[in-house]
Order: sequence, then structure tokens, then C-alpha cells
Amino acid sequence: MSELLSPEEITELKRQIAAVHEPRELIVEVLQAVQKQNGWVSDAGIELAAELLGLSPLQVDEVATFYDKIYRSPVGSKVIHVCDSICCWTRGAEMVYGHLQQALDIAPGETTSDGIFTLLPTCCLGACGNAPSMRIGDRLYSSLTIERIDAILDEERQEALK
Amino acid sequence: MSQLLFKNRRPDHTVLLDEYRQNGGYQGLEKALREMQPAQIRDEVKASGLRGRGGAGFSTGLKWSFFPFDAEGDKYLVCNGDEMEPGTFKDRQLLEADPHQLVEGMALSAYALNINTGYIFLRYAYNQCYTNLLQAIADAKQAGLLGRNILGSEFSFELHVHRSAGRYICGEETALLNGLEGKRPNPRSKPPFPAIKGLFAKPTVLNNIETLANIPHIINGGAQWFSDLALTEEGAGTKLYGLAGHLNNPGCVELPMGITLGELVEEHGGGVWLGRKFKACLPGGASTPYLTADHFDVAMDYNPLEAVKTRLGTGGLVVFDDQTCMVAATLNLMRFFARESCGWCTPCRDGLPMVCWVLEKIESGQGTVDDVTMLKELLGHINGRSFCALALGAMGPVDGLLRLFEEEVLDHVKKGRCPLQKS
Ligand SMILES: Cc1cc2nc3c(=O)[nH]c(=O)nc-3n(C[C@H](O)[C@H](O)[C@H](O)COP(=O)(O)O)c2cc1C
Ligand code: SF4
Ligand code: FES
Repeated sequence: MSELLSPEEITELKRQIAAVHEPRELIVEVLQAVQKQNGWVSDAGIELAAELLGLSPLQVDEVATFYDKIYRSPVGSKVIHVCDSICCWTRGAEMVYGHLQQALDIAPGETTSDGIFTLLPTCCLGACGNAPSMRIGDRLYSSLTIERIDAILDEERQEALK
Repeated sequence: MSQLLFKNRRPDHTVLLDEYRQNGGYQGLEKALREMQPAQIRDEVKASGLRGRGGAGFSTGLKWSFFPFDAEGDKYLVCNGDEMEPGTFKDRQLLEADPHQLVEGMALSAYALNINTGYIFLRYAYNQCYTNLLQAIADAKQAGLLGRNILGSEFSFELHVHRSAGRYICGEETALLNGLEGKRPNPRSKPPFPAIKGLFAKPTVLNNIETLANIPHIINGGAQWFSDLALTEEGAGTKLYGLAGHLNNPGCVELPMGITLGELVEEHGGGVWLGRKFKACLPGGASTPYLTADHFDVAMDYNPLEAVKTRLGTGGLVVFDDQTCMVAATLNLMRFFARESCGWCTPCRDGLPMVCWVLEKIESGQGTVDDVTMLKELLGHINGRSFCALALGAMGPVDGLLRLFEEEVLDHVKKGRCPLQKS
């Protein structure tokens, strides 16, 4: 059916889709599955999701473009979401964001030349009590300091290169 | 001090089924199924005085009373676990520590409302909560506490978890329903209200995680006991208060409803950091108008906070020290709301960026007195004219800024720069 997902993954998604009230209920799950395999959701990914869910590509795209954790453009292998909401702001989020831009040598929205990190702002991560916070991929990092950020970037980069 | 929701909470620990039951878990559900009629539970919840913990503070018992529980056919119970209001992180703490409370609370509520299917709408970023919930649901099912014929009774209840992919508007109840159905999560027009036409166009009750987690405690302890936990006359129960911003001890604490702002800041938050002074706070999340140190005696409960023109919201307190520029803080908040606008209606889609633009101008020292007047006008143009409550909430901090800090705003204009900027 597609190179975007393996036949096993497609079978599993179809099983899940058959088990819910209405197929489109699983639109986020299907888009996340495509994204997990490919890093982002391309037009072909939208078409695949539409086929699996019995929807038109437009119906899928209007949902995909709504959510900020679904990427409709290519991103690095690790997306860094830096919280810029009020609690993090009170505890140095601007410093964190500035330092990340400097350390990675990219502007917000850009990807490092080695293709590893993409830097994006995000709304509150629900970690306000341990501000400032950021999320890299599925990992939440809180109580950030400049030294910690450097160590985290090193670890994450090494993991990506493995 | 009474701990209900955080009774079993310990650092880096999740309470699983056995431990939950050893500490009295699922006794409320057992008691309800063996001894109580659904109507008795609804009465108890109403009498307890519980008000919704999702932000609006509507009476839970009253909301339930609008629900057509006798209607034939599918009806749904939906738990709102989107939690994206900056300053709000209580529901996450609850699910990370003791997830069965929500499962039991939903089963109990579903029994009371004659509902057989429930959904938990959970923010995608909450991985740990998701894992915890899946395990709690599987364990409860295995033990006969969920699924078909719960504890040998006639009552069956299936519980599903739906994950979202992160937009603040998904917390608005009708947008949430669209999101859950796999549609673009713009809000729906009301009426009809979800109680009549909600998920899949069927009668639906929507409640917040903390609200639902309180139900087993109400059934175990009784309405009067629950109501008496509060320090205020009309208040009820305990509250999970978030502590964030310029405090020495940020975190999330469970305290009796109605503790004063001063006690919350000084005792539980450890006072303002770096030895600085308290300047202002958002009492209940990003969409609540500010309070100052003059309000330290005010009880952190719905009515007392409304009396001082703000709201308890989600109970997420965000403190600002005396070196904070309130124009800059408000600008940060407004950028959040402008970015999170779903774009459906003009006052919000175009009005909020306009507010940001004016605040940016004032903060950078380029503002005039006319700009301050414009802010006041925008308040009137946006409040009460938007399709959903996002824009109204967004204007809360602007309202507070103009009421409590007008001089500081005008000082920016007079000096041609931010008066608090260290140059
Ligand atoms: C923009 C917006 C965002 C909201 N976000 C949440 C949320 O994340 N969680 C929540 O429980 N309620 C949220 N609410 C309130 C819900 O619409 C609804 O009132 C609440 O979930 C009802 O539950 P309760 O009666 O138990 O409080 C939000 C409302 C608005 C207008
Ligand atoms: S106020 Fe209007 S534009 Fe803003 S979130 Fe609600 S419906 Fe969308
Ligand atoms: S404000 Fe940054 S995690 Fe909540």
C-alpha cells in the first residue's frame, strides 16, 4: 500500500480503526504513526492516512495542520520544543531559547546542518512547577540551566548519531 | 490537613491497583453498586457543593441534573484532560501519582448518569499519564472493576483513552468533542449543549480530571463531610493548587478550598524568590485577571475571587516579583492566546494580535496615551463578542493590567521606555 508504513503497521492500524466507533476518531494516531516512521507527514502521508480512514486528503489535512505537534514540513531527527509560556518566562525561558539558538547556530524554525535538531517554540508543557522546560522528541526536560542544556544537547546528539 | 487526591502521592511513584485498593480505593464504587441508586449518587454530588475544576467552576451536580439520563441509546461521559492553560499542571500530577482515582471516579459517575461508554481526552505530550491510564484501565478491567457487569452488578462501563496533538482550544468542551471525533477542533455553536447533543451527536457529560477524581471521595465520606473540608462557608472540598513563577518552592499542593492567597504564597510557596517582594499574581492560570499583595487576605475559592474581579480558574497560581514589568508579562500571555486562537471568529483571530501589537508598542517605549485608550477600547470590542470563551479568557490579564497597573502602563508612555528595564 505504501512505503511510508510497513505492512505490519498498516495491518495494526486497520485493526485499531475497525475497533473504534468511527474510523476518523483515530486520525491523530494514524498521523502520529506516519510521523514516527518518517519524521514528518508529507502529502503522501496525508493521502495514506486518508485512505486508511476513509476520508478525503483535505479532511485529513485540515486536522493535520491544526495541531502543532504534527509536522507538515521536514524536521530534524529530534525536534526541540521550548516552552515560552508565562511560568517558564518568569524563570528564564528567553535565556533558554537564546542559548539554544546560539549553541545550535540556528534560528527558530530551522534545522541544524547535520539534520539532527529542529528548534520550535511551544505553549506550556504542563511542567510549570519546574520551569523553565523544554521537550526533545518524547522527553521532557525541566529546571533548565545553561550547563544542563549543553549536557542535554550532547547526550541527545550522541543518541541521534548512534 | 486533609489529603484526598494526593493522599497516596509520593515522589517518582505511581500507585497501582493493589496499593490503591489497600488504601481504600474502589470502596466508593463498591458501595455505590451494592447500596445506592443512581439518583442517590447524583443527590450526594449535588449536596456536596462540588464545582467543576476545569476552569469555569460550574456546579457539578447542577450540570449533571441537565443530563437526560433516562434517554434510550448511547450516552457518553467524557473526561477533559487537555490541560494546556499555562500555569496549570495539576491534572498531570494527579494522573502521574494515582491514576485509579480517575478510573473509579468515571465508573461511579457513569453509574450515576446511566452511561456505558467513557472517553478520556488526553494531551499527547502527557506520555507518563497515558501509560499510567492504560495500565490502570487494564488492571481495573482484569479485577472486574470496569467492563461488563462490574463487580457482578448489572452495570457495564467501557473506558477509552483518546490522545490529542496539542492545541489549547481542544480544552474548550465543544472543540474537544470535534477533536475526539477526528474533526478539526473548532468550537461548536451552543445550544444545543453537549448534555443534549454532544459526542457523536449523543447526550454527553464533560468533566475535568480533578472533578471526576473527587467523586469517589464524596461517595465514601458523604456530601456534608466533603463540603466541610473547605475553609469558606459556601466552598466545598479540597483543591489542587499549582504554585509557579517567582516562588521559592514551586510545585503542586492539595489544600482545603479557600485557603488565603497570602498563606498559599508565604507558607506553601515558600515566599517570593531571591528575597524580593510580591508584586502580582495570576490566581488561577493564564486567563485570570491579576491580584496584588493587597489581596493576600482573599480566600482562594470561586466566589471570593469573583468578588475581587478575578477567577479561581484552574487554581494555578503564577507569582510575579517586584522586578517584573506587568506590560511585558501581559504581552507574554497575549502572545500565547493569539497563537492559540483557532481562527474561527474575527474578534479573537484579529483582535488578539492587535492587542499584542499595542502592548509591544507600549513595552518598547513607542506607545502614546492613545494606545492606552485603544487597549481599553479593544477590551470592550473583544469581551463578550467572540464565538467561544478563549478570547474572553485572553482579555482577563489585560483587564487586570488596566485596572491595577494603569500607572505603570502610562509610565512607559511618559518615559518612552520600560520603567523597569535595567539599562
Ligand atoms: C479555551 C478553553 C480551554 C479550556 N481548557 C480546559 C482544559 O484543558 N481542561 C479542562 O478540564 N477544562 C478546560 N476548559 C473548560 C471546559 O470547556 C469545561 O468547562 C470543563 O472541562 C468542564 O469540566 P468541569 O465542569 O469538571 O470543570 C477550557 C475552556 C476554554 C474556553
Ligand atoms: S474565540 Fe473564536 S477564534 Fe478564538 S478560539 Fe474561540 S472560536 Fe476560535
Ligand atoms: S509555562 Fe512552561 S511548562 Fe507551563
